[in-house]
Amino acid sequence: MPLAIFWFFALVMLLGGLAVLSLRNPVASALSMVASFVGLAGLFIGLNAFFVGIIQILVYAGAIMVLFIFIIMLLDLKIEEKRALKLAPLLGGIGIVLAFTIQLLGILSKSPDLESKPLDLAAGSAAYVESSPGISTKLAAGHLPDVNLIGDVLFKGYNLPLQIVGVLLLVATIGVVVLSKRQPT
Amino acid sequence: MASLHDYLLVSGLLFAIGLAGVVLRRNIIVVFMCLELMLSAANLTLVAFSRFKGVNGLPDYNGQMLVFFVITVAAAEVAVGLAIIVALYRARQTINTEDLTSMRG
Repeated sequence: MPLAIFWFFALVMLLGGLAVLSLRNPVASALSMVASFVGLAGLFIGLNAFFVGIIQILVYAGAIMVLFIFIIMLLDLKIEEKRALKLAPLLGGIGIVLAFTIQLLGILSKSPDLESKPLDLAAGSAAYVESSPGISTKLAAGHLPDVNLIGDVLFKGYNLPLQIVGVLLLVATIGVVVLSKRQPT
Repeated sequence: MASLHDYLLVSGLLFAIGLAGVVLRRNIIVVFMCLELMLSAANLTLVAFSRFKGVNGLPDYNGQMLVFFVITVAAAEVAVGLAIIVALYRARQTINTEDLTSMRG
Protein backbone atom coordinates (compact mmCIF):
# COMPACT_ATOMS: atom_id res chain seq x y z
CA MET A 1 0.00 0.00 0.00
CA PRO A 2 1.53 3.37 -0.97
CA LEU A 3 2.54 5.41 2.02
CA ALA A 4 0.30 8.39 1.24
CA ILE A 5 -2.86 6.27 1.04
CA PHE A 6 -1.83 4.37 4.15
CA TRP A 7 -1.45 7.55 6.20
CA PHE A 8 -4.70 8.96 4.83
CA PHE A 9 -6.71 5.96 6.04
CA ALA A 10 -4.69 5.74 9.26
CA LEU A 11 -5.42 9.40 10.02
CA VAL A 12 -9.14 8.93 9.29
CA MET A 13 -9.11 5.99 11.69
CA LEU A 14 -7.16 7.70 14.47
CA LEU A 15 -9.04 11.01 14.23
CA GLY A 16 -12.32 9.11 14.30
CA GLY A 17 -11.13 7.32 17.42
CA LEU A 18 -10.11 10.59 19.05
CA ALA A 19 -13.53 12.04 18.21
CA VAL A 20 -15.24 9.04 19.88
CA LEU A 21 -13.14 9.74 22.93
CA SER A 22 -13.64 13.49 23.11
CA LEU A 23 -17.13 14.37 21.82
CA ARG A 24 -19.74 14.69 24.54
CA ASN A 25 -22.81 13.93 22.43
CA PRO A 26 -23.22 10.11 22.26
CA VAL A 27 -24.71 10.27 18.76
CA ALA A 28 -21.68 12.21 17.53
CA SER A 29 -19.45 9.61 19.17
CA ALA A 30 -21.27 6.82 17.36
CA LEU A 31 -21.00 8.55 13.99
CA SER A 32 -17.30 9.30 14.39
CA MET A 33 -16.86 5.63 15.22
CA VAL A 34 -18.29 4.89 11.75
CA ALA A 35 -15.57 7.14 10.27
CA SER A 36 -12.96 5.31 12.30
CA PHE A 37 -14.16 1.92 11.05
CA VAL A 38 -14.27 3.08 7.42
CA GLY A 39 -10.62 4.09 7.75
CA LEU A 40 -9.84 0.74 9.29
CA ALA A 41 -11.58 -1.05 6.43
CA GLY A 42 -9.42 0.93 4.01
CA LEU A 43 -6.32 -0.33 5.81
CA PHE A 44 -7.61 -3.91 5.62
CA ILE A 45 -8.20 -3.62 1.89
CA GLY A 46 -4.70 -2.19 1.49
CA LEU A 47 -3.41 -5.34 3.19
CA ASN A 48 -5.05 -7.54 0.50
CA ALA A 49 -7.69 -8.64 3.03
CA PHE A 50 -10.65 -7.61 0.87
CA PHE A 51 -13.22 -9.81 2.54
CA VAL A 52 -12.27 -8.69 6.04
CA GLY A 53 -12.52 -5.06 4.92
CA ILE A 54 -16.00 -5.54 3.49
CA ILE A 55 -17.09 -7.44 6.61
CA GLN A 56 -15.71 -4.62 8.75
CA ILE A 57 -17.94 -2.12 6.96
CA LEU A 58 -21.02 -4.37 6.83
CA VAL A 59 -20.88 -5.67 10.39
CA TYR A 60 -19.32 -2.82 12.34
CA ALA A 61 -20.21 0.33 10.42
CA GLY A 62 -23.56 -1.18 9.45
CA ALA A 63 -25.08 -3.50 11.97
CA ILE A 64 -23.33 -2.74 15.26
CA MET A 65 -23.48 1.00 14.74
CA VAL A 66 -27.22 0.89 14.00
CA LEU A 67 -27.60 -1.04 17.25
CA PHE A 68 -25.69 1.63 19.18
CA ILE A 69 -27.66 4.52 17.67
CA PHE A 70 -30.91 2.62 18.24
CA ILE A 71 -30.09 2.21 21.94
CA ILE A 72 -29.02 5.84 22.25
CA MET A 73 -32.37 6.93 20.82
CA LEU A 74 -34.29 4.40 22.90
CA LEU A 75 -32.74 5.72 26.10
CA ASP A 76 -33.21 9.31 24.86
CA LEU A 77 -29.76 10.38 26.00
CA LYS A 78 -28.99 14.07 26.14
CA ILE A 79 -25.58 15.63 25.80
CA GLU A 80 -23.76 14.90 29.02
CA GLU A 81 -23.71 17.78 31.40
CA LYS A 82 -20.22 18.82 32.25
CA ARG A 83 -19.08 17.25 35.46
CA ALA A 84 -15.97 18.09 37.34
CA LEU A 85 -13.46 15.39 36.41
CA LYS A 86 -11.82 13.91 39.43
CA LEU A 87 -8.08 14.37 39.31
CA ALA A 88 -6.97 10.88 40.37
CA PRO A 89 -8.81 8.87 37.66
CA LEU A 90 -7.79 11.43 35.03
CA LEU A 91 -4.10 11.23 35.93
CA GLY A 92 -4.29 7.46 36.27
CA GLY A 93 -5.91 7.08 32.86
CA ILE A 94 -3.46 9.35 31.10
CA GLY A 95 -0.57 7.65 32.90
CA ILE A 96 -1.69 4.16 31.82
CA VAL A 97 -2.10 5.27 28.21
CA LEU A 98 1.26 7.06 28.18
CA ALA A 99 3.01 4.03 29.67
CA PHE A 100 1.43 1.83 27.01
CA THR A 101 2.45 4.13 24.18
CA ILE A 102 6.03 4.45 25.42
CA GLN A 103 6.31 0.69 25.76
CA LEU A 104 4.95 0.28 22.24
CA LEU A 105 7.47 2.73 20.80
CA GLY A 106 10.30 1.02 22.69
CA ILE A 107 9.37 -2.41 21.41
CA LEU A 108 8.92 -1.17 17.84
CA SER A 109 12.28 0.60 17.84
CA LYS A 110 14.08 -2.59 18.93
CA SER A 111 12.31 -5.27 16.90
CA PRO A 112 13.21 -5.90 13.24
CA ASP A 113 10.94 -4.32 10.64
CA LEU A 114 9.42 -6.15 7.66
CA GLU A 115 8.93 -4.55 4.27
CA SER A 116 5.88 -5.65 2.33
CA LYS A 117 6.73 -8.15 -0.37
CA PRO A 118 4.43 -8.38 -3.38
CA LEU A 119 2.24 -11.47 -3.31
CA ASP A 120 3.70 -14.44 -5.19
CA LEU A 121 0.57 -15.78 -6.84
CA ALA A 122 2.41 -18.41 -8.89
CA ALA A 123 3.89 -20.05 -5.78
CA GLY A 124 0.46 -19.94 -4.12
CA SER A 125 -1.07 -21.52 -7.20
CA ALA A 126 1.46 -24.36 -7.05
CA ALA A 127 0.64 -24.95 -3.38
CA TYR A 128 -3.10 -25.34 -4.11
CA VAL A 129 -2.87 -27.60 -7.19
CA GLU A 130 -3.52 -30.76 -5.17
CA SER A 131 -6.05 -29.60 -2.60
CA SER A 132 -8.29 -27.22 -4.56
CA PRO A 133 -7.74 -26.91 -8.33
CA GLY A 134 -10.31 -24.11 -8.66
CA ILE A 135 -8.35 -21.79 -6.40
CA SER A 136 -5.15 -22.82 -8.14
CA THR A 137 -6.41 -21.83 -11.61
CA LYS A 138 -7.64 -18.45 -10.34
CA LEU A 139 -4.26 -17.80 -8.72
CA ALA A 140 -2.47 -18.86 -11.90
CA ALA A 141 -4.63 -16.40 -13.85
CA GLY A 142 -3.26 -13.60 -11.67
CA HIS A 143 -6.23 -12.96 -9.34
CA LEU A 144 -6.28 -13.32 -5.57
CA PRO A 145 -9.51 -15.25 -4.84
CA ASP A 146 -9.72 -13.93 -1.28
CA VAL A 147 -13.15 -15.34 -0.45
CA ASN A 148 -12.34 -18.78 -1.89
CA LEU A 149 -9.12 -18.99 0.10
CA ILE A 150 -10.88 -17.93 3.30
CA GLY A 151 -13.64 -20.46 2.73
CA ASP A 152 -11.05 -23.16 2.10
CA VAL A 153 -9.22 -22.48 5.36
CA LEU A 154 -12.41 -21.87 7.37
CA PHE A 155 -14.30 -24.99 6.42
CA LYS A 156 -11.31 -27.34 6.23
CA GLY A 157 -9.31 -26.21 9.22
CA TYR A 158 -11.73 -24.38 11.50
CA ASN A 159 -14.94 -26.36 11.27
CA LEU A 160 -15.39 -27.06 14.97
CA PRO A 161 -14.71 -23.43 16.06
CA LEU A 162 -17.22 -22.34 13.42
CA GLN A 163 -19.92 -24.56 14.93
CA ILE A 164 -19.04 -23.32 18.41
CA VAL A 165 -19.36 -19.72 17.28
CA GLY A 166 -22.79 -20.59 15.91
CA VAL A 167 -23.79 -21.87 19.35
CA LEU A 168 -22.36 -18.69 20.87
CA LEU A 169 -24.59 -16.55 18.64
CA LEU A 170 -27.62 -18.64 19.61
CA VAL A 171 -26.78 -18.21 23.29
CA ALA A 172 -26.37 -14.46 22.80
CA THR A 173 -29.76 -14.23 21.06
CA ILE A 174 -31.54 -16.14 23.80
CA GLY A 175 -29.68 -14.18 26.47
CA VAL A 176 -30.75 -10.87 24.97
CA VAL A 177 -34.38 -11.96 24.83
CA VAL A 178 -34.25 -13.06 28.48
CA LEU A 179 -32.51 -9.87 29.55
CA SER A 180 -34.91 -7.54 27.81
CA LYS A 181 -38.07 -9.22 29.08
CA ARG A 182 -39.66 -7.08 31.71
CA GLN A 183 -39.10 -8.65 35.09
CA PRO A 184 -42.38 -9.21 36.96
CA THR A 185 -42.42 -6.87 39.93
CA MET B 1 5.29 1.24 0.80
CA ALA B 2 4.00 0.99 4.35
CA SER B 3 6.03 -1.42 6.46
CA LEU B 4 4.91 -3.72 9.25
CA HIS B 5 5.97 -1.22 11.91
CA ASP B 6 3.66 1.44 10.47
CA TYR B 7 0.68 -0.85 10.81
CA LEU B 8 1.68 -1.96 14.31
CA LEU B 9 2.20 1.64 15.40
CA VAL B 10 -1.18 2.75 14.05
CA SER B 11 -2.99 -0.18 15.62
CA GLY B 12 -1.21 0.39 18.93
CA LEU B 13 -2.28 4.03 18.87
CA LEU B 14 -5.88 3.02 18.16
CA PHE B 15 -5.71 0.61 21.09
CA ALA B 16 -4.35 3.40 23.30
CA ILE B 17 -7.22 5.70 22.26
CA GLY B 18 -9.72 2.97 23.10
CA LEU B 19 -8.04 2.32 26.45
CA ALA B 20 -8.09 6.02 27.28
CA GLY B 21 -11.80 6.11 26.45
CA VAL B 22 -12.57 3.14 28.68
CA VAL B 23 -10.69 4.70 31.59
CA LEU B 24 -11.72 8.33 31.18
CA ARG B 25 -15.29 8.41 29.88
CA ARG B 26 -18.25 8.22 32.25
CA ASN B 27 -20.99 7.39 29.74
CA ILE B 28 -21.28 3.62 29.68
CA ILE B 29 -22.32 3.51 25.99
CA VAL B 30 -19.21 5.45 24.97
CA VAL B 31 -17.13 3.12 27.13
CA PHE B 32 -18.63 0.29 25.12
CA MET B 33 -17.75 1.94 21.82
CA CYS B 34 -14.16 2.36 23.00
CA LEU B 35 -14.08 -1.36 23.78
CA GLU B 36 -15.03 -1.97 20.15
CA LEU B 37 -12.17 0.29 19.06
CA MET B 38 -9.73 -1.80 21.11
CA LEU B 39 -11.00 -5.04 19.54
CA SER B 40 -10.62 -3.53 16.07
CA ALA B 41 -7.06 -2.48 16.83
CA ALA B 42 -6.27 -6.09 17.68
CA ASN B 43 -7.86 -7.11 14.36
CA LEU B 44 -5.60 -4.70 12.47
CA THR B 45 -2.55 -6.27 14.11
CA LEU B 46 -3.71 -9.75 13.13
CA VAL B 47 -4.36 -8.82 9.51
CA ALA B 48 -1.02 -6.99 9.25
CA PHE B 49 0.88 -10.03 10.50
CA SER B 50 -1.12 -12.31 8.22
CA ARG B 51 -0.08 -10.18 5.23
CA PHE B 52 3.57 -9.64 6.14
CA LYS B 53 4.32 -13.17 7.34
CA GLY B 54 2.67 -14.90 4.40
CA VAL B 55 3.04 -18.55 3.47
CA ASN B 56 3.64 -19.70 -0.12
CA GLY B 57 3.54 -16.11 -1.31
CA LEU B 58 -0.06 -15.68 -0.10
CA PRO B 59 -1.32 -14.04 3.11
CA ASP B 60 -1.49 -16.43 6.07
CA TYR B 61 -5.22 -17.01 6.28
CA ASN B 62 -5.01 -18.59 9.72
CA GLY B 63 -4.57 -15.07 11.08
CA GLN B 64 -7.66 -13.82 9.28
CA MET B 65 -9.71 -16.69 10.75
CA LEU B 66 -9.01 -15.28 14.21
CA VAL B 67 -10.22 -11.90 12.94
CA PHE B 68 -13.53 -13.45 11.91
CA PHE B 69 -14.00 -15.08 15.27
CA VAL B 70 -13.14 -11.81 17.03
CA ILE B 71 -15.72 -9.96 14.91
CA THR B 72 -18.37 -12.58 15.66
CA VAL B 73 -17.71 -12.57 19.38
CA ALA B 74 -17.68 -8.76 19.37
CA ALA B 75 -21.09 -8.71 17.68
CA ALA B 76 -22.52 -11.10 20.27
CA GLU B 77 -20.90 -9.07 23.04
CA VAL B 78 -22.44 -5.84 21.76
CA ALA B 79 -25.90 -7.38 21.61
CA VAL B 80 -25.73 -8.74 25.17
CA GLY B 81 -24.00 -5.65 26.55
CA LEU B 82 -26.54 -3.25 25.12
CA ALA B 83 -29.37 -5.40 26.51
CA ILE B 84 -27.71 -5.17 29.92
CA ILE B 85 -27.41 -1.39 29.53
CA VAL B 86 -31.12 -1.11 28.71
CA ALA B 87 -32.00 -3.23 31.74
CA LEU B 88 -29.68 -1.07 33.86
CA TYR B 89 -31.32 2.11 32.58
CA ARG B 90 -34.76 0.74 33.40
CA ALA B 91 -33.68 -0.03 36.96
CA ARG B 92 -31.64 3.11 37.69
CA GLN B 93 -32.56 5.79 35.08
CA THR B 94 -28.87 6.54 34.55
CA ILE B 95 -25.97 5.23 32.51
CA ASN B 96 -23.32 7.38 34.11
CA THR B 97 -20.75 5.14 35.75
CA GLU B 98 -20.26 7.57 38.62
CA ASP B 99 -23.88 7.09 39.69
CA LEU B 100 -23.66 3.30 39.67
CA THR B 101 -21.94 2.74 42.97
CA SER B 102 -23.97 -0.02 44.62
CA MET B 103 -21.12 -2.51 44.20
CA ARG B 104 -18.45 -0.18 45.53
CA GLY B 105 -16.76 -1.71 48.54
